[in-house]
Amino acid sequence: MEKGDIVVNNVSIKFNLNPEKIDNLKEYVIKKLKGEISYQEFWALKDVSFELKKGERLGILGLNGSGKSTLLKTIAGVYKPTTGTVRKSGLLMPMLELGAGFDMQYTGRENVFLYGSVLGFKRDFMREHYREIVDFSELNEFMNVPLKNYSSGMRARLGFSIATVLKPDILILDEVLSVGDAKFKKKSENKMMELIEGGTTVLFVSHSLSQVQRICNKAMILDHGKMISFGDIDEVSKEYEKIIE
Amino acid sequence: MLYSIKNFIAHKFLLRELVIKGIKLKYRRSYLGILWSLLEPVLMTAVLTVIFGTLFNNNNPLFPLHILSGRLLYSFFSSATNMSLRAIRSNASMIKKVYVPKYLYVLSSIIYNYLIFLVSLVVLFGLAIILKVYPTWNLLLAWLPLVLLFLLAFGVGMILATIGVFFRDMEYLWSIIMTVIMYASAIFYYPEKILSSQYWWILKYNPLFQIIDMFRKCIMGQTMSMFSLLYASGFTLVTIIVGCAFFIRKQDKFILYI
Repeated sequence: MEKGDIVVNNVSIKFNLNPEKIDNLKEYVIKKLKGEISYQEFWALKDVSFELKKGERLGILGLNGSGKSTLLKTIAGVYKPTTGTVRKSGLLMPMLELGAGFDMQYTGRENVFLYGSVLGFKRDFMREHYREIVDFSELNEFMNVPLKNYSSGMRARLGFSIATVLKPDILILDEVLSVGDAKFKKKSENKMMELIEGGTTVLFVSHSLSQVQRICNKAMILDHGKMISFGDIDEVSKEYEKIIE
Repeated sequence: MLYSIKNFIAHKFLLRELVIKGIKLKYRRSYLGILWSLLEPVLMTAVLTVIFGTLFNNNNPLFPLHILSGRLLYSFFSSATNMSLRAIRSNASMIKKVYVPKYLYVLSSIIYNYLIFLVSLVVLFGLAIILKVYPTWNLLLAWLPLVLLFLLAFGVGMILATIGVFFRDMEYLWSIIMTVIMYASAIFYYPEKILSSQYWWILKYNPLFQIIDMFRKCIMGQTMSMFSLLYASGFTLVTIIVGCAFFIRKQDKFILYI
């Protein structure tokens, strides 16, 4: 398996939804004794299989609740598939729900090193890339400010900068390019193109079809957790246009 | 197994960063910094010595040392387990966005508290010198109860971290249990009277009391009892096995509840 390859094999994800959320022991014991605990099964993904080779860019299309984010989270390793397997190789950089896994008490600078260690990088390695990350994010004067005082756009910018400067083999982007001002959007799209030329595999979710068409060469459509279409971007986006009409 | 070891090595920098993060955030914007961690046990010991020394007519000059040693070990156990209980939920924002072996949050909580605890032992040595209790060969064995204490906190921490994800009221329950454990650990009284009463089993089968007792004997120049060592080791081992098994079985579900 080459770095940047992804093989998703018959992946299904089942959530047990409680009709009412029980999050304390007292209620749980009472309900359990009365036999009132019931679960509703909900399949967020059903039997999804596909393969991506190094350097391919997959756009994931679908309406709200179709399982796009769930699929990305499963590939990122945040969710574990109920059945099926995900195999991937190389450095994977997830950008889920607008931003990386940051600590809000920590300053921007500290978060760069913390996030680096989450991905398995030493301090020294991060120090070498620190300047580049700060310059790209244009957050130089905010690096010693705790992240809780950042705007959501600033957080996303910092996350995006770390993710792209470290040149991952696989990049996962969930609605990330839609934040930030127009100038940063343009800059980050250029950066993406640079990475793509370097052979990074990209998984991309966006509600903007034109953005998906610009960045991706492949696409899939998810509908209620099922993959109903997978192929070249042109064919699939035609199909998608028909669905959303 | 091989996979777990590889996985741990890949994330060893994260463990370090998480421990540093805890320490940095705790002492940020506090002028006295680490001094707070030293001041607290000193003040508590002074108060407890006055109260319980008078109450029980305790004139033993070494009573403060008895209290301080018990108090330090107990507060490590208490804060380490409390932090583990919240370890998963307080790191939810990271867990939701990137894959991290989740036990690292528990382990880092324990290590972080342990480092502060080790620093606070300075106070104990200071007090021992003031009270003219000098080290004997028995002190060389003090690492045994200290290692057991760390491992026991980790085992209990893994169990609590798992329960803490699903049941938010566990925090209240655990603080009650910790109070009970405090009274059952002979921190501010001498255990002999209870050990010879009909309630002897409360102390005897409390692993934390046994660990504290071992540690005290090491610093006071006495030989620790074989029963303490074997019982505390056995209890710790079982707790770690149960804790890890429970945690591993449930960890894939955490994400759905945080």
